[in-house]
Amino acid sequence: MINVDPMIPNPWRVANRWEETHDVFSLQLEPVEAKESPLFAPGQFNMLYAFGTGESAISISGDPNDKSGLLTHTIRRVGNVTAALSRLQKGDQIGLRGPFGNPWPMQDLRGRDLVFIAGGIGLAPLRPAIYHALSHRSDYGRIVVLAGAREPEDILFAAELDQWKALGGVESRLTVDRAEDGWTRSVGVVTKLIPKAEFDPANVAALICGPEIMMRYTRTELRKRGVTDDRIFVTMERNMKCAVAFCGHCQLGPEFVCKDGPVFRFDRIAFWFAQREV
Amino acid sequence: MTTLEPILRKHPFFADLADDDLKLICSCAKNVRFNVGDVVAKEGQSADEFYLIREGRIAVAMPSPSGGRLKIDTLDAGEVAGWSWLFPPYVWHFDLIAVTPIRALSMDGLCLRGKCDDDPRLGYDLMKRFSRVMSERLSAARLQAIDLYGSKVSNLNPSPTT
Repeated sequence: MINVDPMIPNPWRVANRWEETHDVFSLQLEPVEAKESPLFAPGQFNMLYAFGTGESAISISGDPNDKSGLLTHTIRRVGNVTAALSRLQKGDQIGLRGPFGNPWPMQDLRGRDLVFIAGGIGLAPLRPAIYHALSHRSDYGRIVVLAGAREPEDILFAAELDQWKALGGVESRLTVDRAEDGWTRSVGVVTKLIPKAEFDPANVAALICGPEIMMRYTRTELRKRGVTDDRIFVTMERNMKCAVAFCGHCQLGPEFVCKDGPVFRFDRIAFWFAQREV
Repeated sequence: MTTLEPILRKHPFFADLADDDLKLICSCAKNVRFNVGDVVAKEGQSADEFYLIREGRIAVAMPSPSGGRLKIDTLDAGEVAGWSWLFPPYVWHFDLIAVTPIRALSMDGLCLRGKCDDDPRLGYDLMKRFSRVMSERLSAARLQAIDLYGSKVSNLNPSPTT
C-alpha cells in the first residue's frame, strides 16, 4: 500500500550507489511497493529518511525524462543524516517523501537563452533542468553552463560538463578556486565566468544554485550585463522539516521555501534575500 | 612602419581610451609571445611591464605549502596582467605562468610612468582603469578566501545539521 499522506514516508530501495567526488555520492532509488516512480519536475526535492537517524531534504539530480523508474539523488556528506545515507548499500531500504517544491520554470523560459550557474554541489539541483533543456533543444536559444568548485577533485559531473560543451549551441565553462600545477582550465570564483559567457543579456534567463553569498555576487555580475531580476531564478535552502508548509522551519519572510520554493524568481525574494537575519 | 595602435585599440582594456592618449602610449607597447610553461613574471623580480593578453591563458601563481606551485587566478584574452609597475618598489608579488601559448602586448612600465608624470590627466585615466581591475580582483579574492564550498559551509540540498 502506498501512503498518500505527505508526512508518511514510503519505502524505497537503493538500486545503485556511487561516489561522485571524495565527499559527494549519488543514490539511485526504486520504489519497494509502488509499481512506478512519481514524476518529478527539475528543481524538486525529496525528503530522504535514513532509518534511525533522521530525514533530509535532497534535490533530485537525475534526468526527468528517464523512464527507468529510478530516482537519482546526489548528496554531499555534511552531517549525521547524509553520513548515514552515504553508508547505504545496494538493496538497503530508506523512507522517501516527495517530490516536493516549486520547480525551475522551464516552460515559461522557452524562447530564451539559458545560463545555468552552479557553485559546488549546486550543480546537482540544476542538472535535471539542464537535461530538460538539452532534450528540448529547439525550445531554447544558447545554453550556457558555468560551474565553480573549490579544487579540481571537487568538480561534480566533470565528464558531463565536457560532453555538454561538445554539443552545438552549448557552452560549458568550469573554474576552481585554486589548483596545483597541471590544471590548465580557469582558476577563480565562478562569477568571473559571467563576463566571458556568450548569451543575449536582453533575452537570457539565469538559473543559479549555490551558497547564498555566491548567488548574491552572481546576481550582481548578471546585473552588470543587463540581466534583470525578473529573469534570474535561484534555489534556496533552509532547514526543511515537514516539506509541505506546515511547520514553518524553512520560512524566508512570508515564503515557505519548501512549498513556495525552493526555486524562486529573484524579484519575489529580493528583499528577504538581503536580510541577514532570516 | 606598422603601428600597434589598432591592436591596442582592439584590446578591451584600452578600447575607449582617447585617441591622443592611445597614440601617446603606443610607443610603450611591443608584441610578445610566450610558450606553455614560460615564466612571464617571477615574484620578487623587477616589475618593468604589464601585459595585455590577446590570446591564451596566464596563471597567477604562488608557492604551494605542499611544495609545488598553487594557481590562485587565471587571466584570459582581453584581460590585463600586472600592476606592480605602478607602485614602488616595482617588483612582482606573484608569478605569472603561461598556461597556454600566449600572444600579448607588453607595456613598458618605465615608459608609461614617464608619460603619466608628464600628463597627470593620462595618469589619472590609467589609474582609474587599473583601480577598477584591482577592485574586481580584490572582491574575487575575498570570495575565494571565505572558502565558499568548504566543508563547514552549508551545501545546497542537505542542511548543515543533516
